[in-house]
Amino acid sequence: MELSPHKAVGAQRPMNSAETEAAIFEDSEPRRSLGASAVAVFGQNTLALVGLAMVAAFFLFCFVGPLVYHTNQVATAVAQANRPPTAAHLLGTDAVGYDELGRLMVGGQITLLVAVAVAVLATTIGLIWGCVAGVSGGGLDSLMMRIVDAALAIPGLFLLIFLDSILKPSVLVLIMVITALAWLVPSRLVRAEVLSLRQRPFVEAARGAGATGVWVILRHLIPNVFGTVVVNATFQVADAVLTVAALSFLGLGIPPPAANWGSMLANGVNYVFAGYWWQIWPAGVCIVAVVVGFNFIGDGLRDTVDVRMRAGRS
Amino acid sequence: MTAYLIRRALHALIVLFGVSLIVFLLLHLLPGGPARASLGLRANPASIRAFDQQYGLNQPLPVQYLVWIGQVLRGNLGFSYKLNQSVDSLLAENVPRTLVLMGTATIIAVAIAIPVGMLQAVKRNSPGDYTLTALAFLFYSMPSFLLGLVLIIVFSDVWPVLPSTGPTATSPLFDQIPNLILPVATLALITVALFSRYMRSSALDNLAEDYVRTAAAKGVSRRAVLFRHVLPNALLPIITLVGLSLPGILGGALIVESLFNYPGMGLLFWNAAQTEDFPVMLGTSLVVGMAVVLGSLVADVLYGIADPRIRYQ
Repeated sequence: MELSPHKAVGAQRPMNSAETEAAIFEDSEPRRSLGASAVAVFGQNTLALVGLAMVAAFFLFCFVGPLVYHTNQVATAVAQANRPPTAAHLLGTDAVGYDELGRLMVGGQITLLVAVAVAVLATTIGLIWGCVAGVSGGGLDSLMMRIVDAALAIPGLFLLIFLDSILKPSVLVLIMVITALAWLVPSRLVRAEVLSLRQRPFVEAARGAGATGVWVILRHLIPNVFGTVVVNATFQVADAVLTVAALSFLGLGIPPPAANWGSMLANGVNYVFAGYWWQIWPAGVCIVAVVVGFNFIGDGLRDTVDVRMRAGRS
Repeated sequence: MTAYLIRRALHALIVLFGVSLIVFLLLHLLPGGPARASLGLRANPASIRAFDQQYGLNQPLPVQYLVWIGQVLRGNLGFSYKLNQSVDSLLAENVPRTLVLMGTATIIAVAIAIPVGMLQAVKRNSPGDYTLTALAFLFYSMPSFLLGLVLIIVFSDVWPVLPSTGPTATSPLFDQIPNLILPVATLALITVALFSRYMRSSALDNLAEDYVRTAAAKGVSRRAVLFRHVLPNALLPIITLVGLSLPGILGGALIVESLFNYPGMGLLFWNAAQTEDFPVMLGTSLVVGMAVVLGSLVADVLYGIADPRIRYQ
């Protein structure tokens, strides 16, 4: 049972109607190209489109929003602290007078940047590690996978907090620290898939024709595991958003004046009983909405990939 | 069965060795090395030499590892100079409270997730199924600290019936039940979200099996099919899932403990991170890593007992 409790959820998420729709679609229009049918299947998945819209809206909000809604997110304004929402501050101010709505945008930029960077880096490392282990087999494979097992045994949050307390957090450090653990799960997924692909005739044929390990990995394995990897990468973004938020909540994020949804929540916690709702709910809703959005996209992509694999076989 | 046990135990031993290597490497990543990390930045050269001598830090790395692992195996996990207490005694004080938190939350989560998952599978694609799936999705996408925060706002502020902090450090284990409720509920809800989705898909897989149709064709009642045939089979993967979820639940416990100021191992670790108390952090990481390895070993052995097919693979 080489399953990770956390990420494997992605692989086991309840199926939705797109599965059946996809099957019908394949029968009716068999002549479309794989790419086009994949796009069409993804397009038929309402939840995936909702997720895509949510994520797109957040990217606009965080990266274009500050161009429209100007706020000072560097200098504090203690005289303006803890104000409820007004025309000047649409979502009120926090404990040192930062505008909350503007801070949500700036904080979101860092969260999204770190999360996407982690997903790309971790997936790339996991892809290479899993391919090399799966192709080489034998002693090297065991060694590489036992390293993954051992690193996964220590709960990630403990290692992250440890690394974060040694290194002084910055955007780059945060990306590296989270990536240092996030590549483990994709490497397992990729290896498992490579092990089954390795038995397939086309890989054996390539081997028989004298292809080297590197050639087999680049030409035959990576294109075939790519679907799984992309699906996993989407779930990785969602998880990284949660990790960044958790670390920031625990006080181990990037120090002020840099903002982050998790640290905004951590500050808001101090005022739970004062009724400063604008310091808690907006940041909380942002985190949940972005995570839900990426999870929806991941679900839709997985259905799409399934279809592609079925179409590829027939 | 013996061969399976030996194979599985050997694997666990190798992973344990890996865990110890990782913690050993972290020890050497520390700024200024283990001696300064333990004794503080103002330690004088003589005390550093004495410390290096005591822990064999002036020897080559493999020898150092052997000396260190020897200490660990004798139960010496180091000494917290910040708290002036040995790491083992600190853990002995705090681990039981974490076990209470995690144990209760996990039992409650399993007890809720099994019927909920079964119900969803039986009533698949009904409004109830969609509602429960949406709820699970929401809880799964919600950071544990936010969920805890929502519970605090609802049950300690809007409708003040429960305390917003965990039990105090000096109270006996089950003395302050009301203080336990919110931390346990937070951890349990997140775990339910994870478990019920597995239970749903596991039950769905089994409902589609031939043996279900056979039983129904033989005239077995629907209730008996569900409880006598589907449920036991659908439960099998849950054994593994609980074992595999251990790292996630431990991480969740850390956040819950720091949010509710619940004096367990997670809070100990978090406080150590704030004060850069590295011996405590390393000792805790090692113990937690070992717990995970042993937990998944126990789960695999139980699975092997419950499902004979696994043993002969």
